[in-house]
Amino acid sequence: MDLAKNNKSFDLECRDLRCNFGSFVAVDNVSFGVPEGDFFSILGPSGCGKTTILRMMAGFLEPTSGDILIKGKSVLNVPPNKRPVNMVFQHLALFPMMNVAENIAYGLIRQGVNKSDVSAKVNSALERIGLPGSGEKNIKQLSGGQQQRVAIARCLVLEPAALLLDEPLGALDLKLREHMKVELKKMQSQFDTTFVYITHDQSEALVMSNHVAVMNEGRFEQIGTPQDLYYNPNTAFVAGFVGESNRWHGRVDEVDATGIRVSTAEGVSFLAVPAGKERLAVGDAVDIFVRPESVVIAHDETRAHEMDNRLSGNVISVLFNGANSRALVREGRSGGELDVALPQTGEFSNLAVGQKVFLGWDQAQAKAFACPSGNNQGQGT
Amino acid sequence: MNTSNAARLGLILLLAPLLVWLLALVILPHIDMLLISLRERVAPQVYERSFANYAEFFTEPLYWRTFARTAIMSISATALTLLIAFPVSYYIAKMLRGRLKGFLFLLCLVPFWVSELVRTFGWMILLRESGVISNVLQWTGLADGPVEMLYNDATIMVGLVYTSMLFMVVPLVTTLDSLEDSLVEAGYDLGGNGLTVLRTIIIPHAMPGIVSGCIVVFMLTLGNYLTPILLGGKSSMWFTAQIYTQFITRFNWELGAAFGFLLLALSSAIVWTGLKLSRQTLSESMG
Amino acid sequence: MKYTKGFNTIVKTISGVLVSTGLIAFSAGAQAETLRLLTWGGYAPEAVVNIFEAASGIEVEVTNSNNEEMISKLRATGGAGFDLVQPSQDRISSAQIEFDIYKPINLSKINSGLMISSMLEGTKKNTTVNGKVYGVPHVWGTSALTINTDKASGIKDYTDLCDPKYAGKVTYRLKRPTLIAFAFSMGMDPFAAYNDKAKYADIMAKVEAKLKDCKSNVKAYWSGGDALINLLRSEEVVAAMAWDGSGWKLSAENPKIQTIAPTSGALGWIDTFALPKKTKAEDAAYKWINFVMQPKIAAMITEAAGNFTASKGSDAFVEESKRKLYQATFPPAAIDNINWYPPVPAGLEEMEGKVMDRVQAAK
Ligand SMILES: Nc1ncnc2c1ncn2[C@@H]1O[C@H](COP(=O)(O)OP(=O)(O)OP(=O)(O)O)[C@@H](O)[C@H]1O
Ligand SMILES: [Mg+2]
Repeated sequence: MDLAKNNKSFDLECRDLRCNFGSFVAVDNVSFGVPEGDFFSILGPSGCGKTTILRMMAGFLEPTSGDILIKGKSVLNVPPNKRPVNMVFQHLALFPMMNVAENIAYGLIRQGVNKSDVSAKVNSALERIGLPGSGEKNIKQLSGGQQQRVAIARCLVLEPAALLLDEPLGALDLKLREHMKVELKKMQSQFDTTFVYITHDQSEALVMSNHVAVMNEGRFEQIGTPQDLYYNPNTAFVAGFVGESNRWHGRVDEVDATGIRVSTAEGVSFLAVPAGKERLAVGDAVDIFVRPESVVIAHDETRAHEMDNRLSGNVISVLFNGANSRALVREGRSGGELDVALPQTGEFSNLAVGQKVFLGWDQAQAKAFACPSGNNQGQGT
Repeated sequence: MNTSNAARLGLILLLAPLLVWLLALVILPHIDMLLISLRERVAPQVYERSFANYAEFFTEPLYWRTFARTAIMSISATALTLLIAFPVSYYIAKMLRGRLKGFLFLLCLVPFWVSELVRTFGWMILLRESGVISNVLQWTGLADGPVEMLYNDATIMVGLVYTSMLFMVVPLVTTLDSLEDSLVEAGYDLGGNGLTVLRTIIIPHAMPGIVSGCIVVFMLTLGNYLTPILLGGKSSMWFTAQIYTQFITRFNWELGAAFGFLLLALSSAIVWTGLKLSRQTLSESMG
Repeated sequence: MKYTKGFNTIVKTISGVLVSTGLIAFSAGAQAETLRLLTWGGYAPEAVVNIFEAASGIEVEVTNSNNEEMISKLRATGGAGFDLVQPSQDRISSAQIEFDIYKPINLSKINSGLMISSMLEGTKKNTTVNGKVYGVPHVWGTSALTINTDKASGIKDYTDLCDPKYAGKVTYRLKRPTLIAFAFSMGMDPFAAYNDKAKYADIMAKVEAKLKDCKSNVKAYWSGGDALINLLRSEEVVAAMAWDGSGWKLSAENPKIQTIAPTSGALGWIDTFALPKKTKAEDAAYKWINFVMQPKIAAMITEAAGNFTASKGSDAFVEESKRKLYQATFPPAAIDNINWYPPVPAGLEEMEGKVMDRVQAAK
């Protein structure tokens, strides 16, 4: 599905959006549309321009060029207080001078809703976020997660066309963050609102979103469903940023119908396939990405034998994490390290450091991307 | 001697000058003043205990009118200072960054590089009939003859506001600085306009700064002596000038001391009322 | 702490007087051969101080002040903090009776041959309390009228300042000399009523009415020599009741501005030398008095202060132009017509103070 095309009723749409700070380009010709009811995430490393996009949508920043449409209408000349979108700020920005109920009522009062309706709406919102009867509480009396929910409820009672969330979980501890992921998703369906969610944490984006845009240095690298991004990354950046990967750098030796053969500087040779729309020729510098779960691990050579690519090495550490346990293996010939997912069968439960293991993976699991700089060194993740 | 004793001794030694200072320079003179205010001269060098001096304040309309005038002018000057200082402080705290911010802040300090007397004379040179502004007005044709801008209450107000500016700007900038931009943005984002954001978010946040600024400015203005005397007109009276007159030119320490205590009591009452009205506490605003 | 600071400013007039003078007394009292002189601006010019210090080895610390402050300072410390002070002769006896702040003068230590004897005798008489003399004369002068002859030649007496012709163009002080001057100008003799409180109150009531009436004519009440000079120099006012010395200074810049003796008589004052009760350098004080009364030195003081001294023969050393101005203001008849201030009896000043308060409060 191509979300950049204006062929559907989008709640929110950006066309060729650009934002310069002086000569620095923070957002570089970004186009996307968010369908109604979607949970849309923008995922990217710190400083890539995520907040800048969001602030342009909310109306706090004027785009250098491009257009922003909400429900099909351009909002470029609409001030923030008139835009039918609301924002949950990175540090929540709850009003400390008001109590919980007043915080939620703030926007309703501004909309001119009458008093009795305001308190009814506030109470129902408090109920929906699991804080009934907490209206009189001071903001500081709430836990981090409760504050989070109030900040979101404060926007959602206004029934915005879309809710913009700027890394709202960033300030929470890990455990709460895991919990809030589920909670957020629940709130979205409860209030039935379009969410535009910003994060640099790929797991947040993958777990919650219907669609994710991966952003890097002001540009969108790829827009798609989480599965799309994970299994069919279009660029080396997406492959590296979304999920874990083992990575090699090398040059193309051979090209044929099934794929390519690549050899690294250390003289190891692999079979791989060009990823996405890559067109590769002999002599091109490429990066190869292999997911840890695609690597098959075996005690003896026979099982790995069926694989297109084969290696052996010694375990240098075992990272036990229940179902997600991993082993770190030093490859024999090149001395590079590989991240390998351990099968959940328990077959490798007594894998010991220093033990020799055999590794292998299919050609189709090794995705090759052209590497423009050419001399990137590197192996492993 | 063990270490905790040594530490305590050190603390006492450190605090001693402060306590001596408080005792010698603040408390003792006040007790002395109180005793003086409670006596009445009956003959040369003969005094009697009495409340006559306090009674004098309430029975002689001149004195309490002077006080009322001083209080009203001080309250107005405080309000005016706040009105002018608030946007200035907001601009310094929220709109400016880096060097320019420091520079503008420093600009508020400029009036304090010269003494109050010199500052007041500066205003006189500018505003008098034969002064700079009058000449400029005539030169540009805006006025046909000399314009006298000195010797009226508006001039006193200008002088008082000018002198007080810094004492309002400093606490305001400090509190406004601590206001997160995102709160203001959230205020707009949720549908507020400039006025509602100011009323519901910025002012409540700045309240401690507003209150402490107002208290300091009010007290300084009330206690000002030179500005109202030099810039004021023939009928300009100021309560501290009245105290000075009683002490120095009338040799009437008894009445002067009584006035001093009345000023202390009445101004405290005004500040207390102000705090009650704005629902703030002193420790909050001064903390 | 800000709170206390606010209060401090308010009560600084109160406690400041007490404490600061106390501190000055402490710090200055340490050195022996120092003369702490509390005087008027111009009465101890640097040139004179330098000559004296070189000749005597005594260091002179000069503090400028006025009558009321001198009395208040000495009162606050019970007569300590200074070694020699210079209040006006009419203010000494009442302050002595009321506050006991002076020490009698040992006349044998004064070289009375240096002084104009009529002034010395007059001052001695006026500053005698319980048979002891508390003051000897130094500088004298008058409160007279200073007018801009181009614009206010019609003014001959104090009450002429109230002529509507000069509305908004005159100035005087709101101080006791003005009350006295207006009383004389209105044909009354306040000095004769000094010891009759009822009569004096009556005079003051009339003066009060006149000054309230006259208020609309006044541009501003001047409060110090600088303010007065600025008002006249800028021609913002055309006539003033002023110190003759200030008037003469202005004449030197602008001959149109002249000082005249009012028809009801100029008010004559004499500033004296008096010893604070707790003076610590009495000998140095006598040395200073005898030193500055030498004709040549006295002439230097006249140059600086603008007024003449009680030093016999010092006129001869004063610059010719100064003497001319003086003679123009005071032809011999005008000198005889001067009303010299007699000592103020206790209690009058309180009455006068209320009159002035009411005048200031009037619209
Ligand atoms: N007002 C501004 N002036 C100049 N440069 C800015 C401004 N705001 C942001 N930038 C720059 O634009 C880039 C993108 O900033 P932005 O805040 O959008 O990043 P982000 O993706 O939200 O990062 P983070 O995850 O750290 O919040 C950064 O390099 C930042 O330095
Ligand atoms: Mg950000």
